Amino acid sequence: MTAPADKLPAKELEAQTRRLRKVWENPTGWRYWTSVNNTQVGLWYASAAFIFMLFAGCLALLVRVQLAVPENGFLTADFFNQAFTLHGTVMMFLFAVPIFEAVAIFLLPPMLGARELPFPRLGAFGFWSFFIGGVFVCGSIFFNSAPSSGWFMYPPLATDKEMTGIGADIWLLGLSFIEVASIAAAVELIVGIMKCRAPGMRINLMPLFAWYLLIVAGMILFAFPPLIAGDILFEMQRMFDWPFFDADRGGDPLLWQHLFWIFGHPEVYIIFLPAIALMAMIVPTFAQRPIVGYSWIVLAAVGTGFLSFGLWVHHMFATGLPQISLAFFSAASEAVAIPTAVQIFVFIATMLAGKVIFSTPMLFGTGGIAIFVIGGLTGVMVALAPFDWQAHDTYFIVAHLHYVLIGGMLFPVVAGIYYYYPLIDGKHLSDRLGRIAFWLMFVGFNVAFFPMHLTGLRGMPRRVFTYPSEVGWDWLNLTSTIGAFVFASGVLVVVFDAVRPKRNHPPGEVNPWRAGTLEWISEPKENWGVRSVPHVKSRYPLWDQPDLFQDVNDGRYYLADAEEGRRELIVTSVLDAEPMQVQRVGGTAYVPIVSAFSLGAVFIALTFHWWAGAALAGVAFLCALLYWLWTGTAEIPEKSQRDAGLGLKLPLYASGPDSTGWWAMFITMVGDSTAFASLVFSYFFYWTIHEDFTAGIQGPGIFWPLVALGLFAAAWALMAAARWPNSAGATRICLVTAFLLTVAASVAGFMGPWSSAMEPTEHAYPAIVWLLAIWVIVHAAAGAVMQLYCLARSLAGMLTPEYDADLRNTVLYSHFLFITAAITFTVIGLFPEAL
Amino acid sequence: MRIIPRQVETFWTLFTGPIVWALHFLLCYVGAAIFCAKPDMFGVSFEAVRMAIAGITVVALAAIAFSAFLAWRQWGFGSDDPPHDDPTRRDRILFQGFATLLLSGLSFIAVIYVALPVLFVSECLR
Repeated sequence: MTAPADKLPAKELEAQTRRLRKVWENPTGWRYWTSVNNTQVGLWYASAAFIFMLFAGCLALLVRVQLAVPENGFLTADFFNQAFTLHGTVMMFLFAVPIFEAVAIFLLPPMLGARELPFPRLGAFGFWSFFIGGVFVCGSIFFNSAPSSGWFMYPPLATDKEMTGIGADIWLLGLSFIEVASIAAAVELIVGIMKCRAPGMRINLMPLFAWYLLIVAGMILFAFPPLIAGDILFEMQRMFDWPFFDADRGGDPLLWQHLFWIFGHPEVYIIFLPAIALMAMIVPTFAQRPIVGYSWIVLAAVGTGFLSFGLWVHHMFATGLPQISLAFFSAASEAVAIPTAVQIFVFIATMLAGKVIFSTPMLFGTGGIAIFVIGGLTGVMVALAPFDWQAHDTYFIVAHLHYVLIGGMLFPVVAGIYYYYPLIDGKHLSDRLGRIAFWLMFVGFNVAFFPMHLTGLRGMPRRVFTYPSEVGWDWLNLTSTIGAFVFASGVLVVVFDAVRPKRNHPPGEVNPWRAGTLEWISEPKENWGVRSVPHVKSRYPLWDQPDLFQDVNDGRYYLADAEEGRRELIVTSVLDAEPMQVQRVGGTAYVPIVSAFSLGAVFIALTFHWWAGAALAGVAFLCALLYWLWTGTAEIPEKSQRDAGLGLKLPLYASGPDSTGWWAMFITMVGDSTAFASLVFSYFFYWTIHEDFTAGIQGPGIFWPLVALGLFAAAWALMAAARWPNSAGATRICLVTAFLLTVAASVAGFMGPWSSAMEPTEHAYPAIVWLLAIWVIVHAAAGAVMQLYCLARSLAGMLTPEYDADLRNTVLYSHFLFITAAITFTVIGLFPEAL
Repeated sequence: MRIIPRQVETFWTLFTGPIVWALHFLLCYVGAAIFCAKPDMFGVSFEAVRMAIAGITVVALAAIAFSAFLAWRQWGFGSDDPPHDDPTRRDRILFQGFATLLLSGLSFIAVIYVALPVLFVSECLR
């Protein structure tokens, strides 16, 4: 049944609306900040990211002032180092990646015709984590202790405590914390896009923005964990002197470069694709026709997503790798131009086929793409190793990366701001100011960055704090500085336009641009996402389903009411979006903030080596997390089914692959496994660079690793069996036994390196063996907590053979734990023996 | 026993071509990197590495071509033209087939790109 229901009488409709509004309303006063609604969280997220961007922009202006004239004394060398390092770090980690998470959290639910994303509290937790980490990292410069060794933190400079001070720790720990937030967002977005689309929105009807975000979130899962693994190695070296990157003791600085750029290159596309996704929404609206080549965009998004993982070594062309390795990466770097260009041709084709309205968003969008194409062409140049050897670490690279990032990301984001601003409070930004801002930014950008190509070809290296006057770089640098200020003034106009009071502006229409996609169906003043969840039949429902707008807002579709006073959304199937479940999601709560602050305290305490404080904060975080799970998840509903409207009855509880929680666990563990794979990669990396990678040091032996492996296997088998007996008693026995086996297995895992008295500070080999063993033990500890949690839930009657979501998620975790243990103990126990 | 598998309906077939590309890329890179790091371990010359890469390239191209055939079949051998935007299961399947076919094409080209260096590079020069 897909036709709208009959309209209710006015009185009933009003009562329904009132109930729904109450369920979704925001808390008032200072409690407003405990809101978890995607609209608020998305807005805070975007605002915070934007403020960080302005801060990093100011740092860039300081850098430009210093470089305006030769032999300038405006900044000291050390402060200059802090300024450019923080500029790059903040722009990448606190603006470019988070802004897309923010936009996605804000836009995706209405675009997919959903009420919310599946884990609103996780979204709020992610925001607060990001905010705390961001303030911590940015604040460091006011204490003259910001990171100063460049945004990619190369050892041996960055591992040298005397050269870098505490700044490097702030970078490593502050950003690791933010990476947690990014992975949380990735989980939320993947599950949201795959499982929470409006009924009828099959994958061939999904908005392109959602396609892009799905790919990008998947990329985050494979790109961020290698950096987290690298951060762990790095911080272990700085904190405890484990010599992972110290060449004197068997380590290798190049390992960091690999791990960093396995993250760093896909990250460029993680930044670029969402911005292009905005263009894929804006271009059809102003061309007044559906996109030409929907499938081609999907090809481009997926293709770019994959190929971008084969490019990382092109940042390392000058490190002396074998030429054959360089050539593979050079070839892949050229190949990625194909899908990238496909998107641009699709936009051009759409504009040619339609009737283009040349609005402010289009101006920013097309201007940005023109800039991006120039950056792409210099990218093709530097993808050739011989050219790169000439241009490496010069201003040519600085020019290239700014053309790519500002053209490919900042301009489209500003286009997005102008386009989507009416969704915030129904009012427009000024068209006139927008055009002024565009021309200031466009001209300023090119004046600032185009000369840098020449400065670079004339040999100016990046990151020097000053230069002599006779080398011919002065007028180029002065031009760049002037351009930078013109550009900044354009940004300032945008900021002014966005924040100036608009009380006198008339409230606009709900769909001012006559767009075709669902995000324009909801009224900005309402908090419920959509008044009722529609049945979608088109890629551009607002164009092709003429009554949809009225019917949705008259509550004639699904979930038009909230009788039980709960926030609810519809879970649908992956391919055809057939309704499967009504899921109740968490509402306003303190627990995400408390969790984020306590986890933040752990990272901050570690930075300053306050071990007791870190332990205390860790316990607080664990308690908050358990409280959150206990009170807010896998609740047994008071009835098994709910009438979702239009005669559709759906279950209120799901477990296993039907549930969103199981998917979230699966996706999280895929990311976790990628981090683990990076550590295993490090182990074998050491093997490749040394004649004897153990340096004659006694390894963990075979006995203990194999005992640990056997015990982990037994624990895993019991967990896999825990669900089958269909009796609470048998499940509890399995859980208790599995718990004891997990503890015993962890002890055996520890005994391997311990019994051989392996000293991790002595050499990279014992250090990496210890690290792998500790990785497994920490995961086993998390698994043990889950087993006890399931036991407690079972004893409390909240986990039964019928309602077993917690248990099935824990079983899923135990599969991953077993694989991790099996690989670790095989590698550290058997591999050295096999040589 | 059928040689050509039956049509499956899952989201994941979309990624077949790119996954083959990724595996091919990893094998080429890791294989050559290990060989150049420990040339004595294998007791073969760089020529053998080139031949091995040529071999896996042929296998990868064949796998992608096969996945392209399956995608072409899912697309109904081109019986309908895009945009495949009807709200029906049939159009969803056609869309999946078409998108998978396009991705197979891209992956095919990208595999050739990655394999090309072994035509020109003949030793572990640094």
